[in-house]
Amino acid sequence: MLRFFLNRFLLLIPTFIGVTLLTFSMVRLIKGDPITAMLGERAVDPRWVEEAKARLGLDQPLIVQYGIYINQVVQGDLGNSIVTSKPVLSEFWDLFPATIELALSAMLFGIVFGIPLGIIAALRRGKVSDYLTMGTALTGQSLPIFWWGLLLILLFSITLGWTPVSGRLSFEFYVEPITGFLLLDCILSNDWPAFYSAIHHLILPTLALGTIPLAIIARMTRSSMIEVMGEDYIRTAKAKGLNPKRIVLIHGLRNALIPVITVIGLQTGSLLAGAVLTETIFSWPGIGKWLIDSLDRRDYPVLQGAVLLVASFIMIVNFIIDILYGLINPRIRHGR
Amino acid sequence: MAAEIDQKTSHQVIVPSVFAEFWRNFSRNKGALVGFFLIVALIIVAILADLLAPYDPAYQFEGRFLLPPAWVEGSMVDHFLGTDNVGRDILSRLIHGARLSLIIGLIVVTLSLIFGVSLGLIAGYFGGWVDFMIMRLMDIIQALPSLLMALVIIAILEKSLTNAMIAISITVLPHYARLTRAAVISEINKEYVIASRVAGAGSLRLMLITLLPNCLPPLIVQATLSFSSAILDAAALGFLGYGAQPPTAEWGTMLSEARSFITQHPWIVTLPGLCILITVLAFNLMGDGLRDALDPKLKRT
Repeated sequence: MLRFFLNRFLLLIPTFIGVTLLTFSMVRLIKGDPITAMLGERAVDPRWVEEAKARLGLDQPLIVQYGIYINQVVQGDLGNSIVTSKPVLSEFWDLFPATIELALSAMLFGIVFGIPLGIIAALRRGKVSDYLTMGTALTGQSLPIFWWGLLLILLFSITLGWTPVSGRLSFEFYVEPITGFLLLDCILSNDWPAFYSAIHHLILPTLALGTIPLAIIARMTRSSMIEVMGEDYIRTAKAKGLNPKRIVLIHGLRNALIPVITVIGLQTGSLLAGAVLTETIFSWPGIGKWLIDSLDRRDYPVLQGAVLLVASFIMIVNFIIDILYGLINPRIRHGR
Repeated sequence: MAAEIDQKTSHQVIVPSVFAEFWRNFSRNKGALVGFFLIVALIIVAILADLLAPYDPAYQFEGRFLLPPAWVEGSMVDHFLGTDNVGRDILSRLIHGARLSLIIGLIVVTLSLIFGVSLGLIAGYFGGWVDFMIMRLMDIIQALPSLLMALVIIAILEKSLTNAMIAISITVLPHYARLTRAAVISEINKEYVIASRVAGAGSLRLMLITLLPNCLPPLIVQATLSFSSAILDAAALGFLGYGAQPPTAEWGTMLSEARSFITQHPWIVTLPGLCILITVLAFNLMGDGLRDALDPKLKRT
């Protein structure tokens, strides 16, 4: 197990170096002089340019520049935002909980509805309800999130007036950030009206972001369940005369869930990509919107830092899933 | 039923053509058939766009702003699906958008197939450090979700539709490289490959003529599925302002232009999205059907 762990861990290193090379060269490859890009119109004065170059170490050879960059990254210094002049890392930690809250809520929505739908479809395989569920699931998987989000706003916010259009909390509330997770902070500060408002704001973004995971989980659960229900041990259980409900839920589902859990873990990346679109549509103050805003404002230190942090986060999550999967399934552990 | 077919084919002296067997498997899946016919219809619309579209997609009709579709009160017969905020005919724009989306899908799939398959062949065939380097490069590309990676690449290249297509091609590259590599590794030690190596076939011949045809089925499925993801990603980039630039009639770009009119004129937001959904769904349906028809493991189960 330790060898497997080390093996997977060592594979992370070249990828991490690669990502730092990408973020390092990204800013230097962007069309035009990075200084002009960073300073904007202020760069007219040549003294400013020289000063900025020296300050950023851009007058050094590339290899030295990269060394400096890596040294800063390892020390947790990702530079400051050009727009807000705040350190990139602290901006990230301010916004990251909002994205995690949204992503977890979307994932929960997908799991709670996706798994039962998949089971029902599998048990009614070939019947109308199976075709209907799976047809809807494939449609859900094909939805352009940005359009789906707009449709949800159109129906629930504009036409029915049930939900707010954007943001995380109504203006009249202020909740002291303790953990950064708004729902948790509301509970901790015992502010139930604010909690209600936060839930209210969370519903539509959750629906928008959670529909695709829901569809994928439902499809995966169905095919995995169909496979498991054809196994010998299920026939044995049936032959023993066990309660059908028990067979499905205990014998079937438990084994069918392993690939489903993997699929859930692998959704991290696409959830973050979806968060970029969802957060843009709902003005959700998370890292997805932060990233797009930094692109729009040409705030390159933020873009550079955001890309590095998001990539690292996904790498770590995938690494953990890999290890967990190796723990559950010895065949993978000893495969290589 | 399946056993019956098996018996029939085994008694027949003539082996049924590969295509006939494929079509039988494929057409059994009704969803795949629906997807297939939708795609054929889209291709026809795309080819005949100039004939089918009632107007020039960029022409702005003066004084005819934000007209609703024909079935809504206040519409004009001239504009079946209404007009947008600068008076352009929405139907014409959607038809030309279909052409553009299919072209985007085609270019992305072709580019990523060529480069991805080449990289996969090289990695699988040569192994060793060549393999290691290529696969680590693929890891880096996949370190970010495709949409984010595409945004980063576009940030480097400047925003335009061409760069969006290049960026999306790069993000789907690893899928092809991995699939090809895996297929090559599983085939390379088989007798037919060793036989042609002994017969004196060079590396290039071994890779392209001996190995490649045996890697095709998973690649065909992947190509169909990445057609849909390419269209979806291109539309998302257009929506975020990093894909096709206005006034191009691209569905995602149309959506982003229409966004601010959602309250009073919901149809100009609804229609382009519906087109994206139908197109993506059609390719996903067909991809699913192809996978079932081409995957020998799932055959006749």
